[in-house]
Amino acid sequence: MSVRSNNPIGPLDYTRRTWMRLVLLGTFIFLYAPTVTLVAFSFNDSRRNIVWRGFTFKYYEKAWNNSSLVEAFANSLTIAFLSTLISVILGTMTAILLWRFRFPGKAGYEGAMSLPIVIPEICMGVAMLAFFSRIGWPSGLPWPLNLGAITIAHISFSFPFVTVVVRARLASFNRELEEAAKDLGAGEWQAFKDILIPHMRPGLIAGALLAFTLSLDDFVITFFTSGPDTITFPIKIYSMIRFSVTPEVNAASAVLIAITLVMTTFALWFQSRSGGQSGGRAHG
Amino acid sequence: MDYWRKSPKVFWSFGIPPTIWLFAFFLAPLFLVWGLSFGEKQGIVEVAITGTLENYSRAVQPLYLQIFLKSFWYAGLTTFFCLVISFPVALAITFAPERWKPILLLLVILPFWTNLLIRTYALIAVLRTNGYLNDLLELIWLSADSGLRILGLGDWDLFGERFNRFELLYNNFAVVYGLVYVHLPFMVLPLYAALDRMDRSYIEASLDLGAGQWRTFRSVIVPLAFPGIISGVIITFIPALGSYLTPDLLGGTDSQMIANVIERQFKSANDWPFGAALSFLLMYLTFFALAVRALLTRHNGKGLT
Amino acid sequence: MADRPVILQIKQVVKNFGNVYAVNGVNLNIHEGEFFALLGPSGCGKTTLLRMLAGFEFPSEGSIKIDGKETRDIPPNQRPVNMVFQSYAVFPHMTVFDNVAYGLKVAKTPREEVKKRVQDALALVKLDGYDLRKPDQLSGGQRQRVALARALVKRPRVLLLDEPLSALDAKLREAMQLELVKLQKAVGITFVIVTHDQDEALSMADRIAVMENGVVRQVAPPGELYESPNCRFVADFIGRMNLFSGIVEGQEDGSKLVVSTELLGKLTIPHIEKLSGKLHLAVRPEKLRISSEILPSAHFSFPGEVDAVVYHGSESHVYLKTDAGPLLCATLTNLSRSSVRPEKGERLWIGWAPEDTLVLSE
Repeated sequence: MSVRSNNPIGPLDYTRRTWMRLVLLGTFIFLYAPTVTLVAFSFNDSRRNIVWRGFTFKYYEKAWNNSSLVEAFANSLTIAFLSTLISVILGTMTAILLWRFRFPGKAGYEGAMSLPIVIPEICMGVAMLAFFSRIGWPSGLPWPLNLGAITIAHISFSFPFVTVVVRARLASFNRELEEAAKDLGAGEWQAFKDILIPHMRPGLIAGALLAFTLSLDDFVITFFTSGPDTITFPIKIYSMIRFSVTPEVNAASAVLIAITLVMTTFALWFQSRSGGQSGGRAHG
Repeated sequence: MDYWRKSPKVFWSFGIPPTIWLFAFFLAPLFLVWGLSFGEKQGIVEVAITGTLENYSRAVQPLYLQIFLKSFWYAGLTTFFCLVISFPVALAITFAPERWKPILLLLVILPFWTNLLIRTYALIAVLRTNGYLNDLLELIWLSADSGLRILGLGDWDLFGERFNRFELLYNNFAVVYGLVYVHLPFMVLPLYAALDRMDRSYIEASLDLGAGQWRTFRSVIVPLAFPGIISGVIITFIPALGSYLTPDLLGGTDSQMIANVIERQFKSANDWPFGAALSFLLMYLTFFALAVRALLTRHNGKGLT
Repeated sequence: MADRPVILQIKQVVKNFGNVYAVNGVNLNIHEGEFFALLGPSGCGKTTLLRMLAGFEFPSEGSIKIDGKETRDIPPNQRPVNMVFQSYAVFPHMTVFDNVAYGLKVAKTPREEVKKRVQDALALVKLDGYDLRKPDQLSGGQRQRVALARALVKRPRVLLLDEPLSALDAKLREAMQLELVKLQKAVGITFVIVTHDQDEALSMADRIAVMENGVVRQVAPPGELYESPNCRFVADFIGRMNLFSGIVEGQEDGSKLVVSTELLGKLTIPHIEKLSGKLHLAVRPEKLRISSEILPSAHFSFPGEVDAVVYHGSESHVYLKTDAGPLLCATLTNLSRSSVRPEKGERLWIGWAPEDTLVLSE
């Protein structure tokens, strides 16, 4: 009571108005209710019922024992790992190139680099399908080489995102630091290694996490580049969903959501630890 | 910034690898599809690039034009709903206490990081005829009904004889609902960025000069946030227009959008040249939307420092 | 001024954000037609107080009456006050004319009247002919005039100005100080200005309230504030001051106070009020006298050595280390081009007239 009378709602305290809070609450319910329900009922000891029948891990066990699901998951992680590695390297190179140099045709080059970010996924997916079938990409290679086509496609759409994130980080770099290093006798490579890389680190990590998530999440482009022996996790889930809704799929989904949460937490933790503005903002 | 000739060795060693990658594994595939769009089918897999415009003229026939229009309509509706919901949300976040801001922003961004397929699947699990929402409604109906029976009103069947489950999925409503669900963060973030950048004393000045909250919103907040609104609208509209998964999983037989038609040409219908033409038309529309955004925000952004 | 009716009555106003008290029990009466300044260091609560007058914040406790009317539940758009913002807040998407006309249009004033009043207001701030310019085509000073015209055109009972000159460069600031005073006298509206710049407050205001940590320390006209500060904080905040602490030893003749200081010995100071215990003594640098010989007997006089001389153009500050210990600062006006200034290391006498000593409570 006293708190209320002590702090009257000011004209700009929009967040303290009841209807605004209701909109906010409603929006978050809209955004979260489905996923939260999904995760919650993956622990429900009942085939398909809203009534709570007790806590169980049995659907997680079932998902774990589904070898094709686990295999798809392993494929996805492998692809995401390889794609992240190469995307960070290529993306960082592009970021440094665009940040450091002026050159003829730069605007056009930047435009081409941002194409993978802006064009609809479906267009990129069919382009990859046409491309790999036209050049006769070999199929039936041993693991993990058979994941090559998907990995290449993932790198193509991921590395420009890394470029954006790293470039945003580079914008806050004071070139005088590099000049000071060179003034003190460091060579080009030495200055790069000792000065620029440490400054870029939060951007590199944010970029890597973004590339990893993009790869792990991608369905549409993978859908057009995967074959029968290269099923990824989203593709597997997709075919299971088409079939029916089962608690097993719920459990598998919950695992992926948990991975996302852990990665986001890690990204935020790192961001707050490094103290600077970083990639989370740049792609946000 | 240095001119590239100042240190050409550095320039080339950083420039060559990503450029080769971009050309080999992105621009070349796009170029191939562009070529295919001027081709003719010969046999099952053979395509001869003959320079024909046949595929494009087919794409603007009423049947496909209608699908383009429908995609536009869905994407437009989605953008509209996202804007209406996002504005108060962005406003609430902007004016939230400092320690709440990061948490609220995180709650908006988090779905971004969550797998699209899984979010769509969650929607199916909740909304389908045998889904959790209908289960919940049935539970409520049953308890209400038995409550009536206890009161001795059971024979009247006030709530109907039995619970009828709602058909919420596999129709056009579900597609737009799903698109809004997926694209909402795309709208909130640019709006928030624009509002957060705005000097609060503009709002205060308007109130101080006698304008009410609504007048202030119309005359000051909206015009000043205009570049952010345009950004949000375009950023939401483009991916919504090219959506594949949402109409595929949530839509009925008549809710196909352009991406679904493209997919069919490349898979089941096996008409690559036509699919290629549709795909490039979609891409041109995307570029057009981006150009509109660039034009509008540049014109209006002047003087808003 | 005091005989004019009170237009703003601030009574026991408190504003706290959780445990932080921005304003902590302020009482003020501001009269009609007064040019009133709220002065204090940043974070003293002066801006919060001003924003409460405008209605952007509501007091946690206490009351604010405008024209005798309680304002507690009145939103800013219904108050008879207008504000000139620190950032000016001139709407960037509107022309100068539309900016000034905004408040009138909102109030549904007839179009002809709007036009006339806007023209008059623009003439008042010497911006005739700028109607169709956009704010990004104006200089900082011109933008401020637009903000001023926009507020004045509403004919407010009170005009609030939040650090109005802080964004201007030094020369322009001085010219604007003069102009604001003239303008205020011409329109006769009560001005309440918030500033952290003492020169600004001293040169413009009829009365000044000095604030510290959410509390008003002293309310007085500029001259009184400078010559008779009522506490150590005000004395130190306004102008430069030599300060030292002492303990009251006793009274003499009922009009003199004997104070023993740690380093300067016993001093007998004319002071009517009865005091005891610890207190502060203060003397302004320009009241100090420097001489090569001991000062006349009516003065306090201490021998010492020049520690530093800092040249400031129109005057010089001489820092003298007295043999007893304290470092005293005296101001010398550079009256002629050939004024001779003391040199570092020179031995001199420094002192002042006892009646120039200020006795301050903690």
